[in-house]
Amino acid sequence: MATSTVPETQTIRSKAKAGDLIARFVVLAFAILILILAILAVGELWRSSGPSREKFGFGFLRSAAWNPVTEDFGALPFIYGTIVTSVLALVISVPLSVGAAIFLSELAPAGVSDALTFLIELLAAIPSVIYGLLALFTIVPLMRTTIEPFLKTHFGFLPLFRGYALGVGLLTASIVLSIMTIPFIISVSRESLLAVPREMREAALALGATRWETTWQVVVPYAKLGISGSIFLGLARALGETMAVTMVIGNDPAIHGSLVYGLFPIPNLLASGSTIATVIASQFSEATGSVYPASLVELGLVLFLLTVIINAFARLMIVATTGKGSKRP
Amino acid sequence: MRNPILTGAVLLAVGVSVAIAQSMNGAGATFPSLIYQKWFDEYHKLNKDVQVNYQAVGSGAGVKQLTEGTVDFGASDKPMTDAELKALKTPAFHFPTVMGAVVATYNLPGVTKELKLSPAALAGIYMGTVTKWNDKLISGDNPGVKLPGDEIVVVHRSDASGTTFIFTDYMAKVSPDWQKKVGTNSAVSWPVGIGGQGNEGVTALVKQTPSSIGYVELAFAVKNNMGYASLKNQAGEFVKPSFQSVTEAAAGAAANMPADFRVSITNAPGKGSYPISSFTWLLIPNHFADAAKQKAIKAFLKWMLADGQKYATGLYYAPLPKTVIAKELAQIDMIK
Repeated sequence: MATSTVPETQTIRSKAKAGDLIARFVVLAFAILILILAILAVGELWRSSGPSREKFGFGFLRSAAWNPVTEDFGALPFIYGTIVTSVLALVISVPLSVGAAIFLSELAPAGVSDALTFLIELLAAIPSVIYGLLALFTIVPLMRTTIEPFLKTHFGFLPLFRGYALGVGLLTASIVLSIMTIPFIISVSRESLLAVPREMREAALALGATRWETTWQVVVPYAKLGISGSIFLGLARALGETMAVTMVIGNDPAIHGSLVYGLFPIPNLLASGSTIATVIASQFSEATGSVYPASLVELGLVLFLLTVIINAFARLMIVATTGKGSKRP
Repeated sequence: MRNPILTGAVLLAVGVSVAIAQSMNGAGATFPSLIYQKWFDEYHKLNKDVQVNYQAVGSGAGVKQLTEGTVDFGASDKPMTDAELKALKTPAFHFPTVMGAVVATYNLPGVTKELKLSPAALAGIYMGTVTKWNDKLISGDNPGVKLPGDEIVVVHRSDASGTTFIFTDYMAKVSPDWQKKVGTNSAVSWPVGIGGQGNEGVTALVKQTPSSIGYVELAFAVKNNMGYASLKNQAGEFVKPSFQSVTEAAAGAAANMPADFRVSITNAPGKGSYPISSFTWLLIPNHFADAAKQKAIKAFLKWMLADGQKYATGLYYAPLPKTVIAKELAQIDMIK
């Protein structure tokens, strides 16, 4: 080992280190900035919801009251509406979108795939109020005259489909939400499917797997993480969506459902409901006094927590199913 | 200054700020925003040195901004409460500007004749005690109209709004049951029905849903050619909502008008008055530290009560009755 060369390499290394260090601090600062923004947002929500937290305490989460006249507020119907519509929307949109993404990345000719992807990404750019208007004038009448009466006559024995066919309600809102989340899920899923190395496919085919076996047993599991990411993105959009939902959900701050065997709550999907985002958007500007606006802010805080909990839950599910967590495959 | 464009822009900005001697900011109710914009535009044309900016953010937000002192004046569809007035640093006057009404609009296929509704019928429908169109409370007032036996689908506003405040204020006056169980506010806990977002949302739901009833602003119903019911007023006659019958209601209420104009004119006495009518108010501080601003706002208010009123009906608002204008002119002089 030549000792004379050591100082030379050290200077080069230390120079490179200085650059690395600066870059490291700059990106660290950016990362911390995001954390600070999140903390500030929660802090402000916490501060502004003071009057409501003092008056109701944790009872706010359990109470189903929403009465601006007597200033008695509770979050339960909105939590219920938010979860039911978001989950149902994903139940509808995930199989559709993942299927479409598999077609676009594995089966469709490149030209067709690119053209369709462009159109799908255009769909993602449509403002939600436009979706809301389209839904109000097309999906709502369709639901009222055709789909809901059909569900009632053929599946009316289920507690899911009871009551009047009004066209507006949880089911309609979920369908609109699913349409709105589809473009997000398709485009991110397609990207992650396309990112699967060619060798993986070739290896599977070389082992004698059919096209479908290659796709379903090799490519899709490899892209699982990216697909789950796209589903989170869709879920985030569904949880926070406001304008389109408020136009078709019926905005009834109540829980309409039934208990099966007096134990399992089953939502009535034809009934109208209300979500956290819709009630904040529609009532905040006219909320007077101190408790009323504070309760709406506290609902915002609840939505924030709900998002964190649902995301954490989803992440745990990935860890459980892939054993990889957020690590890249 | 090295950059000639920047220099020009700065000079221009200085020039503009000199040309507009008086700029004022207001915020509040959305319902009268159309005529307020028109007034502020027209007034600016007449008085180049006065520029008023109005943000239609909602009555509640308008009162909030006035309380926080971020605007020069507020605007609201409902009178401020005593507690809200107490929270103001500078006390404020209420100035009625124009009037509006809330109408009951319905979708009854096969019914071509205009419906007549009594307060008891309307309150019953919204309380959930009158559930079918052929209920005696409705059919009794509509002889000769073949009413279906269908369930009534009740539509109300889902957003908090001045329209709901006026509607529930009327309900509470005509129905002790409503007063006790529901009450009056810009949003309430509805006993029955589905909610639509805004006048547009309620209209869309009513138009699409056979056998439904909803309530919207008169201006909105007129502009959209919707059918609406005649309501029985305090004098016992069925009155069709119109700008005329709304102004009539204000005239009927003017006799017992409190000095501060904080009055609800729903269920107003007097012949020909439509019962779900209301003022909308500008909320003007009673004292301005800036003398020029004070002068400008007083001049504007005087113009609004005289020449400004003629723009009302063209924009689907009901103009103020003369008796109210006379009282308001006296209040302008009290702004110091």
